[in-house]
Amino acid sequence: MDFKLDKVHQLQQQLFRTFAETEIKPLAKDMDETEKYDLNLLKKLQKYGFLGIPYAKEYGGCGSDTLAYTLCMEEVSKIDASTGITISVHTSLACSCLNNFGTEEQKQKFLRPLVDGSKIGCFGLTEPGAGSDVQGAQTVAVEDGDDYVITGSKIFTTNSGFADTIILFALTDRTVPAAKGLTAFIVDRNMPGVEVGDNIQRMGIRAASNCIVSYDNVRVPKSRILGQLNKGFKIAMGALDCGRIGIAAQSVGIAQGALNEAIKYAKERKQFGKKIVAFQNTQFNIADLQTKIDAARLMTWRATIAEDNHERFSPLAAMAKLFASDVANQVTRYAVQMMGGYGYCREYPVERMMRDAKITEIYEGTSEVMKIVIAGSMKLK
Amino acid sequence: MKIVVCIKQVPDTAEVKLDPKTNTLIRDGVPSIINHDDKAGLETALRIREEKGGTVTVVCMGPPQADVALREALAMGADEAYLLSAREFGGSDTYATATIIAAALKKIGFDLVITGRQAIDGDTAQVGPQIAEQLGVPQVTYAESVKVDGDSVIVKRQFEDRAHVLRVKLPCLITALTELAEPRYMNVGGIVDAYAKQVKIIDFESLRNSLNPDWIGIKGSPTNVVQSFTKQAKAAGTVMKDLTADQAVAAIMDKLIARHLI
Amino acid sequence: MNKDIFVIVEQRAGHIQKVSYELIGEATKLAADLGEKVVAVLLGSNIASQAQALINYGAAKVLVVDNPVLEHYTTEPYAKAIYYIIKKFSPNIVLYGASSIGRDVAPRVAGRVHTGLTADCTGLAIDPETKLLMMTRPAFGGNIMATIVCRNYRPQMATVRPGVMAMPVKTISNKGEIINVDAGLSMADMNVEIMEVVESEQKVVDITEAKILVSGGRGVGGAEGYEPLRELAEELGGEVSSSRIGVDSGWIEKSRQVGQTGKTVRPNLYIACGISGAIQHLAGMEDSEFIIAINKDETCPMMKLADLGIVGDLKKIVPKLTKAIDVYRAAQKEL
Repeated sequence: MDFKLDKVHQLQQQLFRTFAETEIKPLAKDMDETEKYDLNLLKKLQKYGFLGIPYAKEYGGCGSDTLAYTLCMEEVSKIDASTGITISVHTSLACSCLNNFGTEEQKQKFLRPLVDGSKIGCFGLTEPGAGSDVQGAQTVAVEDGDDYVITGSKIFTTNSGFADTIILFALTDRTVPAAKGLTAFIVDRNMPGVEVGDNIQRMGIRAASNCIVSYDNVRVPKSRILGQLNKGFKIAMGALDCGRIGIAAQSVGIAQGALNEAIKYAKERKQFGKKIVAFQNTQFNIADLQTKIDAARLMTWRATIAEDNHERFSPLAAMAKLFASDVANQVTRYAVQMMGGYGYCREYPVERMMRDAKITEIYEGTSEVMKIVIAGSMKLK
Repeated sequence: MKIVVCIKQVPDTAEVKLDPKTNTLIRDGVPSIINHDDKAGLETALRIREEKGGTVTVVCMGPPQADVALREALAMGADEAYLLSAREFGGSDTYATATIIAAALKKIGFDLVITGRQAIDGDTAQVGPQIAEQLGVPQVTYAESVKVDGDSVIVKRQFEDRAHVLRVKLPCLITALTELAEPRYMNVGGIVDAYAKQVKIIDFESLRNSLNPDWIGIKGSPTNVVQSFTKQAKAAGTVMKDLTADQAVAAIMDKLIARHLI
Repeated sequence: MNKDIFVIVEQRAGHIQKVSYELIGEATKLAADLGEKVVAVLLGSNIASQAQALINYGAAKVLVVDNPVLEHYTTEPYAKAIYYIIKKFSPNIVLYGASSIGRDVAPRVAGRVHTGLTADCTGLAIDPETKLLMMTRPAFGGNIMATIVCRNYRPQMATVRPGVMAMPVKTISNKGEIINVDAGLSMADMNVEIMEVVESEQKVVDITEAKILVSGGRGVGGAEGYEPLRELAEELGGEVSSSRIGVDSGWIEKSRQVGQTGKTVRPNLYIACGISGAIQHLAGMEDSEFIIAINKDETCPMMKLADLGIVGDLKKIVPKLTKAIDVYRAAQKEL
């Protein structure tokens, strides 16, 4: 078992790191303050293949793997968690559904432009009344000739402000629980009846686009059903498993980025006659948190490799996300504390990282839901 | 059109630090990069190919570790890569280096050769022109802009106080400045492809017929380093107070003149 | 037998460049150590009238290659002429200014002659035992110095940085030989076509590339306070930069901010005007070659870091300094 990255992944990691430092870092603060993602930056991400990493060349992707994607998520999230989630929702949620359940024709038509850098995807599952309780969904799709007509609304749809393609989940059978009556549809954002609201004002990852999207009798042809009718729940759950690896990697990135900033500061800041990094208290705290970050990273890699090997990875992803998101919150809180008054100033990035970290315990399955998944896999009853 | 770009893998000298205790360079952990001027040359070659067609070949003389620099060049979009590496090449000064590279370029074939103006470790700016001399082709150094026009290139050549716009018939050699072109990043998928390709190794044996062993390596280097040392550590400065403004100006002028800053 | 030290003179538009005089001065010292002579090589078109100036600065002899093909610098005619001179006169040492011309032609000539060349030398000396030229130069981005010799090939060649060697004394009563040399040049030797000569327009400089920075801090007091700094910077051929307070207060643009949340700079000269030197600022400029601090507070951190600290009022000192440099420069031009 080799924990070292091979040459391909090393060079990819170097690319992600250099790009994040040079292209994303100068923009991160302003994007957060203005709550707007820089669309020129998005174009650059598309141009260099950051949005199609684990997808096959035959569909226009990079032909790389989940590990490369995980490395990307960590490196960009060290600098900007909003960029992380933008990439993750597009890659792990939208693209994975199409990749795993699309017909050949659907993949060439809908997956290709997403992974070759032409278009952006998003994922419409969560509703105002259905968060952890996915089955509380109320968006309906009514059959009408060769089409389905969809009505309802989804909330917290990341990327919806500029996405082209939405993987939308709606009830096609209301006589059964949602787990048996949900269907996945491939919807274009510019279809009549699709309305994207304003960016929802949030505590963190403010630069990421995240809106309410309402669907008012949106007519979608049957050819755009993804997978089978009424079998959408499994698709959603499968996508979320992929997404959780992304969020775990994002959490590791946020944590490592924050700790790196704090260490840099500690090496220069002098109080009581010496650099604060010289105090054993500081060193012990740093050692403690780096240990946790390393553990989170390895858990994320383990889930990643299981996915690349086509093994069952759902509980591994849940464990990685559960642990890493907690670590991200611990580390960012410490980073602000260690940097004291300066850490609290918006001039320095750690307060943003602390605000960004909180969401990792909530979205794509709360930490509570992660425990349900993990316990459920342990045959406890 | 066959464009051959010569690149060098160098330590990132911006990251090199002096150990204050021993006064020697700390080379461990200093990342290796493609020399900035060379990368701009590679970007220029890629843009020419995008506009006019042709192929971009990258050549690097160095130890086996230089392989990763060639992979980076391939991941940026170069078509093929050669590593010139052999025990016999080691210790070469700029003349011997140029001899080896010129021999390899004759074997590989070219319409246009692009090198960087200078490497950030050696800082000599000599290898490009010496390669051109050995290939017997015209050279244009300090290229600020490059355009292909039929069987010629049009190059804006930078001087300190002016520039010449020159037309040069191919084949010729151009040395690139960093400002010639902002290089692209590698492509994520390009990295996968880069490692699927083969980096062709050119060793002494493959150049045996065109290389005189007396003209390469340490033996073939007209210049040798007899000593290297670090500059003096920064001495404490002088603080002058209770001066009139004129006295202060005089003190500053003294320093500026002594240090050739004016 | 290779003898004498040749200095390849650089001229642009008929004006001999200062570095050539500096090289003649340095060559004179080396020649004394060797018991040899200094020969200046003057290349150009309608250039012969400039030869006496070289003798005035210490050249014992001037070889003039005067040909229309040498009017503008292009590599091949100049390389051919220098190669001809080296083959005909067998110098021991050849020196060039390390300008964009010197660094273009010298390696080409070294390749043609098959000899060693050392670039960008900051120090030259004759080894008393071996009588070899010891050439010292920076490497590794300036982090290290190396001394280099060329044992078995002749001539020994070096390019030397402008502004490093001292200007020699000018003596207008100096006498010397001026010899016209026919290097067999013609217009056919030019293998490039000059389509256009473009005079320089001022380009916007990124402060990380400026060799001289005049930087202002709290002591500058306001946007208009940067004006005298701008004038000083212009006089020095440098750029204006600022600590964080100037940017935060809206006195100057963010791109000029030096420091941890601004840019890191390593200029040859950093003049800190009214900057106390908070650690976040020092982190951005402490590797500058030479630091001058002007501040009323003699205990501030910038004073401790500076090579030369002046306790005083920048509002009085800076304008006077600008004037003093202007006066000095005007005097230098009279040469």
